[in-house]
This record gives sequence, C-alpha cells and structure tokens, in this order.
Amino acid sequence: MTPDRALFLVLAVTGLGLAVASVALRNLVRSAFALIGCLFVVAAFYAMLDASLLAAAQVVVYIGAIATLIVLVVMLTRRELQDRSPQTHRYWPLAAALGAVAFVGIAWGLSQYVFFNMTPSVLPAGDTVAQLGAALVDPERFLVPFEAVSVLLLSALVGAALVAGGAKEK
Amino acid sequence: MVSDWAFIGIFFFLAIFFPLVPILAGMLLGPHKPGRVKAETYECGMETRGPSHVQFRASYYLYALVFLIFDVEVVFLFPWAVAYRQFPLYAAAEGVLFILLLAAGLIYAWRKGSLAWQ
Amino acid sequence: MGDLFTAITEWLRSILLGAGVPAAAVPWIFAVARAFLLGISGLLLVILLIWFERKAVARMQDRIGPNRVGPYGLLQTVADMLKLTIKEDLIPPHGDRLLFQLAPILAVMGVVGLWAVIPIASTAYGVDLNVGVLFLVAAGTFGTLGILMAGWSSDNKFALLGAFRTVAQLVSYEVPMVLALLVPVALAGTMSLGGIVAAQGGMWFAVSAPLAALAFLVASLAEVARAPFELLEAESEIVAGFHVEYSGIRFGMFFAAEFLHAFTIGALLAVLFLGGWQGPGAARYPTLGAVYFLIKTFLSYFLLVWARATLPRIRIDQMLNFCWTVLTPMMLALVCAVVLLNRALMDYPLWLRTGVLLGANGLVALSTLVLLGRRVRRARRAVGAA
Repeated sequence: MTPDRALFLVLAVTGLGLAVASVALRNLVRSAFALIGCLFVVAAFYAMLDASLLAAAQVVVYIGAIATLIVLVVMLTRRELQDRSPQTHRYWPLAAALGAVAFVGIAWGLSQYVFFNMTPSVLPAGDTVAQLGAALVDPERFLVPFEAVSVLLLSALVGAALVAGGAKEK
Repeated sequence: MVSDWAFIGIFFFLAIFFPLVPILAGMLLGPHKPGRVKAETYECGMETRGPSHVQFRASYYLYALVFLIFDVEVVFLFPWAVAYRQFPLYAAAEGVLFILLLAAGLIYAWRKGSLAWQ
Repeated sequence: MGDLFTAITEWLRSILLGAGVPAAAVPWIFAVARAFLLGISGLLLVILLIWFERKAVARMQDRIGPNRVGPYGLLQTVADMLKLTIKEDLIPPHGDRLLFQLAPILAVMGVVGLWAVIPIASTAYGVDLNVGVLFLVAAGTFGTLGILMAGWSSDNKFALLGAFRTVAQLVSYEVPMVLALLVPVALAGTMSLGGIVAAQGGMWFAVSAPLAALAFLVASLAEVARAPFELLEAESEIVAGFHVEYSGIRFGMFFAAEFLHAFTIGALLAVLFLGGWQGPGAARYPTLGAVYFLIKTFLSYFLLVWARATLPRIRIDQMLNFCWTVLTPMMLALVCAVVLLNRALMDYPLWLRTGVLLGANGLVALSTLVLLGRRVRRARRAVGAA
C-alpha cells in the first residue's frame, strides 16, 4: 500500500460517495454541489496521473462552465427544491440484483482486456502540452477532429441562439 | 522535489484553514443572543413581501451557455498557441480558421439578439 | 545576498538534516512551509492593501483617510478585522446552513490558490506548473461557485438575484479574459508562468501586445467586480448583493478575498505583460528580481485603485453589451492577428516583430473604435429621431 495507492483509494471512496449523494439527496441544490465535488475528484485523478492539461481543463470546463450552468438552472427553475418522489419502487431488489450482475460482468470483461494490468508507461520526454498542440495541428494526426470540434461548437452556439430566441421575438 | 500537483494539493488543503481559523474565532468570540428580529430576512428594513422566487431570465442561461462554448474553444486553443511555432504558417492558419468559425457563431447569436441583456 | 531564496532554503535544509530528519521528508516539509508562507503572506498583505487603498482614494478625493489608529492609520484595518471578529455570528435560519458556511471559505480558497503558481523571482515560486495559465482560470471557478452558494443559502431573494447577476457578469467577462491570456501564451510559446516571465527578457509583452494587456485589465476588473464594474455589490448600493446576509468575520472573509484578488490581478498583470521579475540585473540576482516584481505589482494595483477612485459605475446592461459586442470580437481578432504575425515574422529580429505586432494592435483597436463609433452614432440618431 504505497501512499499513491492510499490516496487513490481515499479519493475514489470520496468520489463514489459524492456521486451517490448527488443522486440520492432530496435537496436539489445540495445534490448539484455533490456532483461538483465528484467532478473535482475526477480532476484530482487526472492530476495524480500527471495529465496536467486534462486536470486543469476538467476544472475549467466541467466545473467552471457545465456545473455552473447546472447549478444556475436548478436555482432558477425549480419552485420547490425538495424532490418529493419516493426513493425506491416496488421492484427494487430485482433492480439491485440486475445492477450487481451488470457490475460483475463489466468488471470481469474489463479484466480480460489487455490494458487492465499494465503499469503506467513513461511519458515521452518534453512538454506534454506542446506535444498535444503539435498533434492537434498536424494534418496527418488530429487536424480534422480539431476543426470538426469547432464546427460542433458552432452548431451548439447556433442552436442555443435559435432555441432561446432573440430580443425581436419576445 | 515534490511533484507539481502534490504541491497544489497541499496548498489547497492548507488554504481551507486560512479562512476557517478567523471564522471559528468569530464564532467563539461573538455574543450569542438570538432574537426573532435578527433572524428575519433583510429587505431594506421592511417586512418581506411577496414570494421568495426570482424571475427566470433567459439571459442568465444564455450567457452561461455561450461562456461554456467559448471555454471549450479556449481549452483547445491553448495547446495550439503553445505549439504553432514548431510548424510552418499553415498551423497558425488552422487555428485562425477554428477561431473564425466560432466568431461566426458569435455574430449569429448577436444578430439574433440572444446576447442582449433583457 | 544575491539569491536570498536559495540561500535560506539551503540553510534550512542543513538545519533539518542536521537535526536528523530523513532526507526524503525534507522536500515535503519545504512544500508545506512554502504553501503556508505564500498563503499567510497573501492574507496578511490584505491589511496593508486595504489601508493603502483607503489612503489613496481619500487623497484623490481631497481628504485624509484613516489616520487615528496607529501611525498614519496603519492599524485601522487590524482594528476593523478585530471588530468584525467579535460580532455576533448570524446564520439565516431558513437558508442552507452548510452552504452558507462553506461559501466564504471557497471565496478565499479561490484567490489564495492563485498564488501557488505566480513566480515572484526566478527561484521563488510555489510551483512552476506547466499549465499555469489554465490553472489561473481553474482557480477562479472556486470564486464563482462560492458566490452562487452564498446567494442561494442566504434565503433572501435579493441575495439570490445579486448572485445571479454577479455570476452573469463574471461568466461573461471570463471569455475576453481567457482570450487575452492566450496572447502571452502565444508570444512565449508556453503555458507556464515561469516560462512566460523568462520569455520577456527581450521585450515585455505589454509593448508587443498592449491591447491584450488592456483587455486583460478591463476583463479582470469585471471579474473581481471592482469599480467601475461594482454595481452589484458596492457598499453604497442599498442591497449589497450576494453577501447581504453575511455579517461579522464571514463578511470580512469576502471583503479580504476581494482585495487580495485585486492585488493578485496586479501581480498577474506584472507577470504576464510587464515582465514579472525581469529587469536589469535580475537574471543574476534573484532577490533583485523579487524587488522588481513587487514594484510592478504595486504600480498595477495603484492603477486599479486609481480607476476605482475616478470612474463612475457602469450599468449592468452596458457592461454586458460591451463585453459581448466589443471586447470579445476584438480579442478574437487580436489573437488571430498576433499568432499569424508572430509566426510569419518568427525569423526576423525582435525589434521588427515587436513593431509589427504593435502596429497590428493599433489597427485592431482603431477598427474596433471606428465600428463602435459608427454603431453609437446610429443608436444616437435613432434615439434623436424618436
């Protein structure tokens, strides 16, 4: 049990607990903040793997933008912030059993995969951010996905403007 | 040397205590005399009137959404800005194309009036 | 004397090793000490900053400012903080108690965390993260979340409204701020703050891209919700925005976080655009570099204080329209121009590159002003005809 392993276990348990809290809490705003906590744990995992850009991007995009959007919408649109629907339903033992079977099946399936028992490879020398940038711009590597992302974002922007309507239509 | 992110982790862990200590001091040192008037919501000294609900404005949501889109764009632009010098000019031009496509989206949203504060 | 920081580190290391501390634990002890030092000095500096601001604003308004508590009023802030600490701790009974208590902590964490990556001298910094610039943006999200938490848990519809509007302002101005951050990254070829400072040995980026520095300044002022963008939380506004229900030292924490954030903006301006610790002789004597950094930071902070004392507040719709219709397109154009020109002229001498970039900045600024002027004139004509 190296310190790295111990830290990972602590973070993993915290993250899972926050994820369960996000689903199970009746107070919607608290559940949204539990989701944010869970996303921070994921960012911490990226940081532990030395994926600096991903860790920072996770916090900036997921927490700074997406989670802010979610929290904003929850606070704006719900008159009543307590979720009063029942937490379980009649067939919950069956659902739990199905869930457990699915978990065991996926875990077994993944353990047969070649990457499951690999040790982390040594990162190539040099600045990883520069290498990522080089990969994004190279026509033989990720240029087309790079430009496709911008088209995707453009469509999202146009969609948002269309759906929300404008000043003239109010 | 301690790894980069380990330091950040230590830093943020310590940073929790910097505001916590004065707040705890405040909780300990202050008087405790709860009263009915003190617990009321502040509304410029008047009694609260009307429901405690804020009117929904599409602008809040739209600004956050457009910010999200530009945030993702910028996360892609940072590696490009670091690496464009290793390549001939076409690499810089590709990023400019990326930016121009999004600028077109911004102009569309602008002309549709989505960015105006209602 | 030349490299004070390394000297002190080596001296402490010899003491620790001499006292029998295992060699593996020494870097960790240093890390904790560095983190503690950076955080505490930031918060203690706030005392000086508040005093400085009150005195400077007072003099600009032709009055004296605090001068009774301590010599020249230096202990005024200490007295104020003590007063806040011994106030009764009021928590809105119907709000969310946990979130109410968490919000000021998040607000302070968001600002103090920025100091982990700022290079004070070539050998004095918390950590030279290779994604330093993006980390700056990431640490800012703590503040936004803290504001939403504070507004929500106060159980006060004015606090909630203030929180929404403040977040709308913050989120809108973050776009031009991050675009402005792209410019020094593009000019230096690295996202690490230490690397950006090192790359300004030849020419400060404020000379190569003054428009980006200006845009960063304006966007950051709006990010901190400081004058002239403080409509939502100014003291003289009737309902003080998202922190209306906060009293005592909890409010004190929001207050301190805001001032420290303003100072940090000054430090970032110095690091990103004014060359950080660069200066004559700084490369050989890091202590001198730290002095240069502090001077530049204080000058930038003075600029912020000056803006606060002089400029009137801007209405929120004017503010947001300006952000989305002027600043963001201008910064998009500027990033394109800077990157293209920097790459095209990469093999030419520095003075030529700087001159062309400066010219491009001027061109972008001019075209923005012309287009803006045309729009304003059209709007004025429409109002006049109505």
